Amino acid sequence: MQLKSYARTLAVALSLAFVAGCSSSGGTQDGVMDGSRDGAAGTGTAGSGQISGSRMGDGAGQQADGRIPQQRTIYFEFDSDRIRSEFEPVLASHARYLRSNGNARVVLQGHTDERGTREYNMALGERRARSVERFLGVQGVSPSQVEVVSYGEERPAARGPNEEAYAQNRRVVFAY
Amino acid sequence: MKALMTTWLAAMLLMVGSLAHAQANLTIEITRGSDRATPVAVVPFAGGENLPEDVAQVIHDNLERSGYFAPLPRDAMIEQPSESGEVRYRDWRALDVRYLVVGRVSQEGSGYSIQFELMDVSGERRMLGEVLTTPQGQLRKASHHISDQIFEAITGIRGAFSTRIAYVTAQGVGDDMQFGLYVADADGRNSQQVLSSVEPILSPAWSPDGGKLAYVSFETERPAIYIQNLASGQRVRATSFEGINGAPAWSPDGRKLAMSLSKDGQPEIYVMDVGSQDFQRITNSSSIDTEPSWAPDGRSLLFTSDRSGGPQIYRHDLASGEQERLTFTGNYNARGRFAPDGESIFLIHRSNNGYQVARQDLDSGRLVVISESRLDESPSVAPNGTMVIFATQQGNSGVLGAVSADGRASFRLPSAQGDVREPAWSPFLN
Repeated sequence: MQLKSYARTLAVALSLAFVAGCSSSGGTQDGVMDGSRDGAAGTGTAGSGQISGSRMGDGAGQQADGRIPQQRTIYFEFDSDRIRSEFEPVLASHARYLRSNGNARVVLQGHTDERGTREYNMALGERRARSVERFLGVQGVSPSQVEVVSYGEERPAARGPNEEAYAQNRRVVFAY
Repeated sequence: MKALMTTWLAAMLLMVGSLAHAQANLTIEITRGSDRATPVAVVPFAGGENLPEDVAQVIHDNLERSGYFAPLPRDAMIEQPSESGEVRYRDWRALDVRYLVVGRVSQEGSGYSIQFELMDVSGERRMLGEVLTTPQGQLRKASHHISDQIFEAITGIRGAFSTRIAYVTAQGVGDDMQFGLYVADADGRNSQQVLSSVEPILSPAWSPDGGKLAYVSFETERPAIYIQNLASGQRVRATSFEGINGAPAWSPDGRKLAMSLSKDGQPEIYVMDVGSQDFQRITNSSSIDTEPSWAPDGRSLLFTSDRSGGPQIYRHDLASGEQERLTFTGNYNARGRFAPDGESIFLIHRSNNGYQVARQDLDSGRLVVISESRLDESPSVAPNGTMVIFATQQGNSGVLGAVSADGRASFRLPSAQGDVREPAWSPFLN
C-alpha cells in the first residue's frame, strides 16, 4: 500500500516532468486562470500545499482524535447523491477527525456504476462527492481540507453487469 | 534513487513517445448482414497466392462489413477471371452477382503492382480499372484504398476503409488497473499504442486533420485534457483545472476545443481557443452540462444537460447563444454526435431494453434505436456517415461493436484481452 502510493507519486512527478519537457512552447494551460484552485498541475498528492494558504497554524487539537476512521467508503442508491442515513455516522466520524486534525487533507473520490455514458457519469460521481463535501462543511470541516475528484465509472470496485456489482460501485471513497 | 528515477523516466518516455507497436489488435465478427445488401463478387487476384495479404479477401471483408454489399463466397464462384476480357457476364448473372471485382498482383522491385477492375454485370460494362504500385508492407493499405474506390464507384459515397479508430483498453479492478490508448486501422488491425497508464484514460477525440488526439488522462491522479501529436508523440496538457476536465471535442476547423469543466462548481460547457488558450463559457446553469459535440458546419454545439431532470440533448447556437432541447423520447438521452450531413444525430438512449445507440432525425424528431445490447456506449460515426462504432458488452467483457447507420448490418471487434471501449472514428486521412 505504502509502496504503491510512493510509486504513484513518483510516476506523477515524472510524467509532469515529461509533459513540461515537451511543451516548451508554453502550450500548457495549468488552470491558473480565474484564480481557481489548481488540482492537477502541482505535485499531485492531496494536501501538498497548493490548495490553501490559510492552513498554517490550525493544527491544534491534533491529539483529540488522532486516527483516521476505519470505514472510508460510503454507498449510494441508483441515480442519487443523497447521503443514506446509515452512513451519516461514518461521515460524522470523518468530520470529527478532520476538525481535530487541521493538517489532514482528504480527497473525496466520487464513483458511479457502469450504466450510462462515461462523461455524464463523471458528472454524477462529482455530484456524489460534492454531497459528501457539503455534509462535512456543515459539520464544521474547513473547505481547504477537502478536495473532490470524480472517477465516474472508470474505477469500478466490482465487475459485472449485475445489481450487486453496481451497488458496490456507486460510492464515495475518503482518500487521505 | 537517481538510477531508479532515470529508469522510470525512460519508461515514461517510451509510454507516450512515438507510437509503439503493441499487440492489441481487434478481430472482426460479422453479427448481422443487411437484407438489402447488393450481391457482389471479389474474385481472388491472380498472383496473389503466398503474399503476406490476400488483397481480394481484404476487399471482400471491407465490402461485407459496410452492410452495403453481400460478397459471394469463393467456393460458389464457377470461374476466376483476372481481367475484364476474361469475364463471362452471363455466368455471373446466373449467380445473381450485380458487380464483379477482378485483378492481379505482381512483384515489382521490392514492392507490388496491383491491377484491378470493377464491372457492372447487368450492363456488361467496366466501371473502374487501375494499376497501382505499393511498397513492401503496404499491401493491406493498398487493399483498403481499392475498397474505397469500389465503394464510391457503386454507391456514390466516399469509402471510409482507409480510416482509423482510436480506443481505450482497461484491465483489472479498483486500485489495480491498467489503461491503454490505441489507434488501429478501421478493421481493427495494425494497432499502435499511444499511451499507457495505471490511471484512467477516456474520451479520445481526433483533430479534424487526423494528426492529433485530445483525451482525458488521470495520470496525475486528477483529470486533465491532453493534446497529443500522433506522428511525433509530443503532447501538451491543455487544461487541468480543479474538478472535471472532460469530454474534449474539436471544432471542424481544428482551432477550438469544446469541453466540460466543473471549476465553477458544476460541469459547464466551455470552448477553448487552442492557439490563444482563451476560454469562452457556453452554458450557465446549476445542472450538469457535458459531452459537447460540434455541428459539421461549426455553427452549433450539441451537449447533454440534466436541467430538465434527467439527461437530455440540447443544441447551442454559437451566433445567437440560444439553446434548444432536441430529445424528448424517454428520460435518458446523452452524448449526442452529429451525422456528417448534419441532418441527424446519434446518441445513447435508455429504454426498457437498457442503454442503446439511437439515431434521431432532426427534422422530424423521430428516434430509432439501432443497437441491440443492454449496455451500449460511446457511439462514433464514420466520416462518410455509413457506420457507427460503439462500445458494447460481450459476456463480461467490453468490446467494440459497429452498426450501419440504418441499423441493418452490424459487426463486432472483440479483443483477446481486457475491455475495449471509447471508440473514436477518425476523419478521412488523406
